[in-house]
Amino acid sequence: MIWLDQIIQGTLLGGYYALIACGLSLMFGVMRIINLAHGDFAILGVFAVWLLVAQTGVSPFLALVAVIPLMALFGWALQHWVFERSLRAGPLVPLLATFGLAIVIENLLFEGFGADTRSLAPEIGDLAFDSWTLTDRIYVGHLAVLVFAVAVILLVGLQLFLKWTVLGRAIRATAEDPETAELVGVNSRAVYAMAAAIAVATTAIAGTFLAMRATFDPYSGPAQLIFAFEAVVIGGVGSLWGTLIGGIVLGIAQSLGAQIGPRGFLLTGHIVFLVVLGARLFLSSVDVRAAMRRGVDGVVGRSRSS
Amino acid sequence: MVTRWTKASTLSAAVAVAVIVAFAVLPVVFGANVTERLTTLFVYVILAVMWNALAGYAGLVSVGQQMFFGLGAYATIRLSYGGMNVYASMLTGALLAGCTALPLSSFMLRLRGGEFAIATWVIATIAHLLVNFDPLIEGETGKSLIALNAYDAALRQAISYWATLATMVLFLVLMFVLLRSRIGAAVQAIRDDEHAAASVGVRVMAAKRLIFTLAAFGCAAAGALWLATALTFQPRTYFGIQWTAYMLFMALVGGLGTFEGPIVGAVIFFILEDRFGATGVWYLVGLGVAATLCSLLLPRGIWGTLEDRFGVQIMPVGYRLRLAPSGDGECKEPQRTAGWLARLRSYPNH
Repeated sequence: MIWLDQIIQGTLLGGYYALIACGLSLMFGVMRIINLAHGDFAILGVFAVWLLVAQTGVSPFLALVAVIPLMALFGWALQHWVFERSLRAGPLVPLLATFGLAIVIENLLFEGFGADTRSLAPEIGDLAFDSWTLTDRIYVGHLAVLVFAVAVILLVGLQLFLKWTVLGRAIRATAEDPETAELVGVNSRAVYAMAAAIAVATTAIAGTFLAMRATFDPYSGPAQLIFAFEAVVIGGVGSLWGTLIGGIVLGIAQSLGAQIGPRGFLLTGHIVFLVVLGARLFLSSVDVRAAMRRGVDGVVGRSRSS
Repeated sequence: MVTRWTKASTLSAAVAVAVIVAFAVLPVVFGANVTERLTTLFVYVILAVMWNALAGYAGLVSVGQQMFFGLGAYATIRLSYGGMNVYASMLTGALLAGCTALPLSSFMLRLRGGEFAIATWVIATIAHLLVNFDPLIEGETGKSLIALNAYDAALRQAISYWATLATMVLFLVLMFVLLRSRIGAAVQAIRDDEHAAASVGVRVMAAKRLIFTLAAFGCAAAGALWLATALTFQPRTYFGIQWTAYMLFMALVGGLGTFEGPIVGAVIFFILEDRFGATGVWYLVGLGVAATLCSLLLPRGIWGTLEDRFGVQIMPVGYRLRLAPSGDGECKEPQRTAGWLARLRSYPNH
């Protein structure tokens, strides 16, 4: 019974990971940027929410609604003035740029807000601890379900947006091949800026939910970043559904690991990540060998499509 | 005509040797304060050169080099508490920690770009968590290298200084020899275009494995040497991702994919820390701003920009094309691409 409970809790936790990972997945998939500041963007967003709540006394949800467009603007500006320029110099230079941004954000937040650990849990009343009773042993928190639902809605929304809207198609085309997209009339600069705006805006949502279910401080970003990266890679780069599945796999692994020992939570998550990577390598090498038996065409076709 | 050494580079190599000799006799003249600071600088140089070898030459972006740094220090502590002489444990510890790269490489090097970067970070985190389990270390409490107390403080400091200097010179010479060898031609070809390199017969995997292992040994040695100065081992400080962040800063600001760049980067980083480190938060903010500005304004790094603009190359790791002796013009550009192609063509088996 305890295992079932852990799987349920882990799945719900996975919703949070999907939430923080979807922006990263978008940036990684579309712009090929390894954004080392992603976790810090989330923390920046939640400090903005916290400031609004503390100053005006509004609900964190309302504050979040106000912060999302601000973060989108921030993402747009970053793409316009920082990422675009650094990307031109090769794939490694954005790493330096985002690393620089990460420590600037962390330390400016520290300068402004101090090292105190904060939480938004006191601001959301009963939602922080209310739960549904499934059986006498299994409780499901309202907040955890809400986070999961928001994650699914966001991912479905993004997926539909990418699939059916003009801008979404342009983003997918640019991700596939920016030069060719330009040839058929897509303004790839504008597309990148939009994708960055969306990606950074989603971090505010993830950060706010992190602050509701746990605590945050100016240096919380990097810990969130590694989970987000794991979710993205487990699920497969460039696939939003994969990101949701990756988040859930990571969440379940961590919840089950927490049962084994105090450090099991982190350790099993990381190990599952490596196992998934190893399994994928093994499968692809089997694939390639099979394709080579079929003839060279198979290999060429495969490497083009992947 | 293809040449390697120019007058300037012969001169600068001589200067480099003179500088190293000067560093070696320096503890006789200066006090502990200077040697301790310089020990720090040498460790930075080792780290920067190793990260540059990975990212700048083999195209491997590692976010987890702190693992080898931490394991080098941890193995030293472990062996020293096991009863081994403290300096022997530093050497053995660094070698053992470096050896972990061999089994790891066969898995890690198959991963592509971003996946490799994240996987190195995850493996470093796992190593950190596993070290936490060691009852000797007691979680994050850590342990001191108390065996060093057997030596007089001044002697200890001098030994650490010379050991770090010797290690730095060793790895610089290794890199220099490596880059001038056939493998050097291979890794520079990989740096310029991995697929093209593979298509002309460069054994990409073998070259990458060599660099990955070399970088692991370098970072592990740096960790053991850092421990000899810092004395206390706390998993969090040694396995912290800030080490990779510093390496990235030094290599990219200095100039990725150049021999001299990471050394320049390490010196800049060292001076920044020396001057502004005391200001704490604002120093870090400044460091971040410098990193971002450098990525925007000098994407090839400081040395890379100088090399592009003036064709300077102090240490001759590449080749220069000189027009026929009858002509009076000298080709000033360091002809990298022509360099490795010419090099490969000179091997009959390619």
